[in-house]
Amino acid sequence: MANEQIKEATPMIEVRNINKAFPGVQALDNVSVKFLPGEVHAVVGENGAGKSTLMKIMAGAYKPDSGEIFFQGEEVQMNHPVQAQNLGVAIIYQEFNLLPERTVAQNIYLGREPSKFGVINPPQLNKQTEDVLKELGVAKMINPTALVSTLSVAEQQLVEIAKAVSLNAKVLIMDEPTASLTSTEVNLLFDLVATLKARGLAVIFISHRLSEVFGIADMITVLKDGQLVGTKNISDVTTEDVVYMMVGRTLDHYFPPLGVDEDFGEVVLRVVNGENDFLSNINLDLRKGEILGIAGLQGSGRTELAQALFGAVPFDEGEIELMGKTIAIKNPYTAIQRKMGFVTEDRKSEGLALMQPIRDNMLLAIRSLQNLLSFIHPDGIKTSRSMVPELGQQVDVRVDSYGKQAQDLSGGNQQKVVLSKWLASGAEVFIFDEPTRGIDVEAKARIHDIIRGLTKSGVAVLMVSSELPEVIGMSDRILVMHEGKIGGELPAGSSEADIMLVATGQQNGNNKNKTAAKDGGIQ
Amino acid sequence: MSVDTMTQVEDKRNKNSFWKNIPQVYYFLVVVLVGGLILDQFVASGNILANPSILFNILVRSVALGIVAVGQTFVMLGASIDLSVAYTISFTAVMSSLIMQGDPARVPLAIAIVIGFGILVGLINGMLITKLNVNSFIATLGTGLIVKGVLNGMFSSGSLGSVPKGFQTLGYGSLGPIPYSIILLFAIVVIGWFILSWTKFGSHLYGVGGDLLIGRLSGLRTSRVLTIAHIISSLTAVVAGLFIVSRLGAGNPTVGPDGVYDLESVATTVIGGTALSGGRGGVFGTIAGVVIFGIIDTVFNQLGVDTYLKMVIRGALIIFAVASYSVRSKREAA
Amino acid sequence: MTTTEKNTKSNQSLAVLKKIWAWIRKIQPVYPIFIVVAIGVSQLNENFATVNGIMAFIRRAAPLIILAMGQMFVLASGGFDLSQGSVVTLTIIGSSLIIYNNEEYTYIAIAIMIGFGIVIGLVNGFVVAYLKVPSLIATLGMLLLVRGGGLYWTGGAPKGYLSEAYRFIGRGYIENVPLIGRFPMSGVVLLVVALILIILFHKTNLGKQILAIGDNAQAAKLSGVKVRQIRMIAFVISAVCSIIGGILLGGYGGSSYTAGQGMEMQSVSAAVIGGVLLLGGKGSVYDVIFGALSLEMIVSFLNLLGLPKPYRDAVQGLIIISAVAYAGLRTKKRD
Repeated sequence: MANEQIKEATPMIEVRNINKAFPGVQALDNVSVKFLPGEVHAVVGENGAGKSTLMKIMAGAYKPDSGEIFFQGEEVQMNHPVQAQNLGVAIIYQEFNLLPERTVAQNIYLGREPSKFGVINPPQLNKQTEDVLKELGVAKMINPTALVSTLSVAEQQLVEIAKAVSLNAKVLIMDEPTASLTSTEVNLLFDLVATLKARGLAVIFISHRLSEVFGIADMITVLKDGQLVGTKNISDVTTEDVVYMMVGRTLDHYFPPLGVDEDFGEVVLRVVNGENDFLSNINLDLRKGEILGIAGLQGSGRTELAQALFGAVPFDEGEIELMGKTIAIKNPYTAIQRKMGFVTEDRKSEGLALMQPIRDNMLLAIRSLQNLLSFIHPDGIKTSRSMVPELGQQVDVRVDSYGKQAQDLSGGNQQKVVLSKWLASGAEVFIFDEPTRGIDVEAKARIHDIIRGLTKSGVAVLMVSSELPEVIGMSDRILVMHEGKIGGELPAGSSEADIMLVATGQQNGNNKNKTAAKDGGIQ
Repeated sequence: MSVDTMTQVEDKRNKNSFWKNIPQVYYFLVVVLVGGLILDQFVASGNILANPSILFNILVRSVALGIVAVGQTFVMLGASIDLSVAYTISFTAVMSSLIMQGDPARVPLAIAIVIGFGILVGLINGMLITKLNVNSFIATLGTGLIVKGVLNGMFSSGSLGSVPKGFQTLGYGSLGPIPYSIILLFAIVVIGWFILSWTKFGSHLYGVGGDLLIGRLSGLRTSRVLTIAHIISSLTAVVAGLFIVSRLGAGNPTVGPDGVYDLESVATTVIGGTALSGGRGGVFGTIAGVVIFGIIDTVFNQLGVDTYLKMVIRGALIIFAVASYSVRSKREAA
Repeated sequence: MTTTEKNTKSNQSLAVLKKIWAWIRKIQPVYPIFIVVAIGVSQLNENFATVNGIMAFIRRAAPLIILAMGQMFVLASGGFDLSQGSVVTLTIIGSSLIIYNNEEYTYIAIAIMIGFGIVIGLVNGFVVAYLKVPSLIATLGMLLLVRGGGLYWTGGAPKGYLSEAYRFIGRGYIENVPLIGRFPMSGVVLLVVALILIILFHKTNLGKQILAIGDNAQAAKLSGVKVRQIRMIAFVISAVCSIIGGILLGGYGGSSYTAGQGMEMQSVSAAVIGGVLLLGGKGSVYDVIFGALSLEMIVSFLNLLGLPKPYRDAVQGLIIISAVAYAGLRTKKRD
């Protein structure tokens, strides 16, 4: 009888048949999940699986295309984050929503300051804050009058949680809460989560760190490519089960064939003992004609590695050898001059000047290399007047005029434009960070073909990606990052599970000797 | 962690926070003061800053600027700017003087009208910025020009109207040893401080200026908050205008631009540590900035330093001060 | 005609109309504004539309046009140059002092002034690009520095006179030009400067990189653009333009120490009317030229209407607000 009662408990929040599409990609496909009060529910899945989108829908930041949301059994429409907040859904994003120049108390009670006739009562403000902190058991760690900018990341997170609690949140959603915490801080966080759970909140969190998930969660939901794979009791599954649920999918397209030994030339890029604030002990070789895939969990240092190689966030220690010459790459200009190109993670904020015409974006890098006073030709540069249409063809940009603003293009076309920028500048070493993120299938395939085509002409490619099929389908060798270091190297054709196990720290890589299927196939 | 270590951590925090909370500008103020004293000793045998009437002068001259700067602090905290203050001051001076016509009975009427005017200008500024999304620099510049145009169009230059003797006590009288002007400034600063630190509005203003998005997510009525800040700024300009006219005895359309109140109020606010980007700073810093300018002005005046060299020093000071605050941040400025 | 034929015909005309409308929408608003105001002014003043009138107008408008073009370089890179007006004043009173009515010193004065311009621009650029001071504050500081420095140097009252040779640049005419009769010297300077700036901005890498910086400084940096150096160059161009504008204005109006005050606001207005976005990333020298011309014509128009000078200020205020509001509505950078 008791069991049945538990089964019938009303979910604190529930989503049913949620669909959400963005241009070119179906982020959520008919997802239904129940989140019960007094439960810690983890949501896991690969990048692009739809986790963030789902959370944002529940927090009122996005509206679903179809489907319903139920809060405490009643259907609700979440039109605005404030509305969700009023209902009792609190969300803590990875980038905290705190005002650094204001105190802890001021941040927590922004908009709801205890006041009479418009005058705030500071002692009461601070006391209320302290009460909330006491409830969470962290009153001794955080001073309500401390400026948020003086707090560590972990402490700021505590403030965010305190804010949620003060809002009488019934649902607390946390996006990768442990990404920047030390293990002691993680333990503290988990104690806190246990407290909240005891108060009857429904705690939902997104995480990649499976060991942690298994340490704290009661339920686990796995999403894959926008679809629900399953919701299970944590006691019914093992880490490996979950990993296998997360990965393993039918290919939606075939990748171009991997390279063979004859294709690979001499080492063009070598890093010896590279180190900075985010990375340590980085040693790698990149050969001409190969694609070196960089995999790893979020926060493992993938992007930081790319940024260090390109000089955007340089190494402090160690050496870089480019084409046999030891050089210091301390800014992007040096890297570009030495024929490197960097297709960044976020094309809109780092890769394109959105208001400028497509052609100017394409020629941006090569023009930077040329003399400031060089004359420009609308469709090209000094040495090649028809560069733009040629580039357009090379990358297969589908557009009727190169004079259109870059912001008018689809994601796939935008990415192609970014790519063409480096083709124009004659890059011989390409670094890609999430080359096909947020791009439709057809454009994805095209970009993959182009990348492989590059290697055939002697270009060396380093490709950071969180999409495992892409890593496996494209890489001739795979380096797996783990907590700022290279966790291991895996050969071409390794399975997703192989990669994930190294990435989650379950296994130390370096299975160079392991034979793997030669056709790069998965499933 | 044992309970003991935790309390130790807490204690350390409390000790540091007092020193950390003093706005950086006060270190500059000390430097300027000391510099002034040294110059004083060497060049004027210590006769300048020790002279009470000169010290007096510094404060009084700073009053008008200080009042306006408090208002400017409000809008700048909201990540905005108010360039219409100079002309609002002029308009107030002329309008009030003309209405008063030397008749003490008409003083309340004059004050009511100019206050109404100030509210109107602030309201217009606020609406332009929040509803029409006009850049605050342009919007307030534009309204300033409009006020200037109307003012110069309606009135010829030169002294206009007259202020009754009674009203002039504001400018010249004292309550015991303390001049009313200082009391006025003090009152404005205290009121300003109170609003910023003790009211919901103040808290919301910091929120809106610090990060508009966070403000919205917290349910703040961002347009309303910013518009009120602009109204406050215009009202301080009105008060400054009334003060000025009480000292001059009659209004004159050029008082606003002559005193460069627009640029100087921005400068003192920025030197005082209020960031152009909003969300950070306060009136105490601004007042220190005003006093710094005042000291420099007066000391240099007494030393016979050319007015124009003073302008040069001001310009250099602004750049230097802001550069030292900005060098910390890593953003790409424009 | 049968109904179907009628329908096809109206469909065709509709399509044509749509095409024309799309083409019209692409035109920068400054051109229709220019035409409308030009017509308005010539209605009120028959002389305006004559060759002589146009020449006189060009002579008067040249300084502002040059300043506006310089300001555009800075605006397009995402900044503001508030120091333009005081640089103009410095040029005029400084030149007067150096020349002091001696013809021989004319060219030395000009050379020295241009040198000043380069230095001022470099300092502005350095403070903004390397010291990370917001350009509003940096150029504000420079405004005070230059105004104070200039007035101090000349002792506060205009001393000296500008030589005839100097004044010729700003107010003289070249005679016996075929077809038009006479052409203002300042117009010649304007044409030369405009030509150089058009080439720099529209035909060389410099312009494209400036636009990239104003549009997305981070993306520009990651594409190898030397953001800091180029920002400095933009400020130098703006300062030198201010100097040249000052030389023309000095010639036209004579030595005076209030000349130039407020011109930076006018140049920003002209640029905004010419479609420049205040946050950067968009600009065209051609459009700015017409923006400045339009602004000058509006001033003339108001003059001719008999509107007293003060009200002209008010109208200017209205214009600049409307221009920015309209520009904001028209081009929104999508998130």
